[in-house]
Amino acid sequence: MKLVVNGKTQDTEKNSLSVMELIKMNNVKMPDMVTVRLNKKFVDKSKYSETYLSENDKIDFLYFMGGGSYKKGIAV
Amino acid sequence: MNLTEEQIDRYSRHIILKDVGGKGQEKLLNAKILIVGAGGLGAPAALYLAAAGIGTLGIADGDKVELSNLQRQIIHFTPDVGISKTISSKNKLEKLNPDVNVILYDERVYADNIIDIINDRDYDFIIDGTDNFPAKFLINDASVLLKKPFSHGGVLRFEGQTITYIPGNTCYRCIFPELPPKGAVPSCSEAGILGAIAGILGTIQATEALKYILGIGDTLKNRMLIFDALEMNFRTVDIGKSPDCPVCGNNPTITELKDYEQPVCDLKKQG
Repeated sequence: MKLVVNGKTQDTEKNSLSVMELIKMNNVKMPDMVTVRLNKKFVDKSKYSETYLSENDKIDFLYFMGGGSYKKGIAV
Repeated sequence: MNLTEEQIDRYSRHIILKDVGGKGQEKLLNAKILIVGAGGLGAPAALYLAAAGIGTLGIADGDKVELSNLQRQIIHFTPDVGISKTISSKNKLEKLNPDVNVILYDERVYADNIIDIINDRDYDFIIDGTDNFPAKFLINDASVLLKKPFSHGGVLRFEGQTITYIPGNTCYRCIFPELPPKGAVPSCSEAGILGAIAGILGTIQATEALKYILGIGDTLKNRMLIFDALEMNFRTVDIGKSPDCPVCGNNPTITELKDYEQPVCDLKKQG
């Protein structure tokens, strides 16, 4: 199945794939930290496992990005 | 307001731009922009906005300059280590352009002071140059509640993201409804930032502010710019406003500001 993930075409061997499986395939370490856009719509975090993808779906993973360090209070 | 001879000379490269001109330059000189965080993003943004002749530039930061800041926070120099980031910023900005009135807020933003800071000069546009999520959510919520446009910027390692909030459109919480869960913040070994990447992002944020003030082009309204500097790949993702957004959606649950906690990683302690 051909998918467009973060702007790049990805060919998956499986033809049945959930958003959660795609997250794992893409080595997203913290699924809790990612917001998923599927064909320009948000996917509810609680529905990652039950939302299945179709050929040519466009998926974007949006990550939390703060600063380069995580010491409290300092600006980037 | 009429431009002086000196201003016509100083801003000549703006004025000869068809989309700016003398009228656009006057808009910039009358504009008021608040930068929250005089760090890796705020530093380049402040320098470019001051150079551009933004008439009033507010800088909010409660920290002092540290040696480890200098790798990316280019408004601060080696002799500034130990002094407040606001004073350090003001010293440079006033030397760069005496047309700019620099207003300092030597404090971190919290739920109980951010509204006063924004209202102090009735700023036209806000730049989020902070590195922590409690501040990012606070700037978003305050901007939504006060109907102020702002530029969100986030960086991590070799990547960056930015979106421009224009009241009535997609806000930061439309994309990220709540703060990252505790324990989900990347560890120290996964953090870090190539200094020049903060420069790219802060400069994009300054450009968005200038476009907004001038009323030209298309801002990053309803779309997030995401870039990966290792591949040097830039793309935008269209993101419409979320009807379920907790602060700007149809049934908002957030109607006042509050402070959030976030687990922290101290690079010094963990070596």
